[in-house]
Amino acid sequence: MLTMLIGFASGIISGMGIGGGTLLIPALVFIIGTRQQIAQSINLIVFIPSAIAALCVHIKKHNIEKGLLLKLAVTGCTGSVIGSFLAVNLGSNLLKRYFGIFLLIMGIYEITSKNKIKDAKPRKGS
Amino acid sequence: MKKNASIAKIALIGFIAGLVNGIFGSGGGTILVPCLVFLMDIEDHKAHATAISIILPLSLISSFIYFKYNVVDLPLTLKVAIGSVLGALAGSSMLNRISVNVLRKIFGIFMIVAALRMVL
Repeated sequence: MLTMLIGFASGIISGMGIGGGTLLIPALVFIIGTRQQIAQSINLIVFIPSAIAALCVHIKKHNIEKGLLLKLAVTGCTGSVIGSFLAVNLGSNLLKRYFGIFLLIMGIYEITSKNKIKDAKPRKGS
Repeated sequence: MKKNASIAKIALIGFIAGLVNGIFGSGGGTILVPCLVFLMDIEDHKAHATAISIILPLSLISSFIYFKYNVVDLPLTLKVAIGSVLGALAGSSMLNRISVNVLRKIFGIFMIVAALRMVL
């Protein structure tokens, strides 16, 4: 039940377009006691169905820059293979520390970045 | 829309987003969206959409590797997934009523606190 609640909270944040994963992972680690790598795999897997759902909408609205997508995806895939192998081979505690450093940078960015997007699209609807 | 984003720059951004997304299981979008908006002049909603379309294959690859190394807990994943889908629906419908800017700051503080606990 607690796990579902954590999922719910991170879902709300993702639904608002603020990366939910960067909060889901520490919440699982601290509140549920999940191992760092498992928490990360949960975030990766949970992202998949919601991304597919979101993409269906975006494809219809022609929001995807296809040329850019292909270029970014090529090196992106390479990076993700290397990153994933590192993640599964690093010790849990070490990975947690690295994640902490990453989270710190992201947190500072969230606080200091002034929102260029303003309150943009109130026509999000449905 | 994009101006003179060189191939090298695009390649590097893609690589870093993939690397981070793989090693930390998150954060690819947090890196991609500002890069697309600020470095490549993509409109915000298109940047979000394009970022998702890039991270989906990256997450599939990473999930596969995590899976192969048995770094998964499916029952726990399912519970989080159910909560998350409901949350996402709630979140996107609240979008017009809550200041995302204020939320961003609040979550930024949460992130920093969590980060310090993880590092120290």
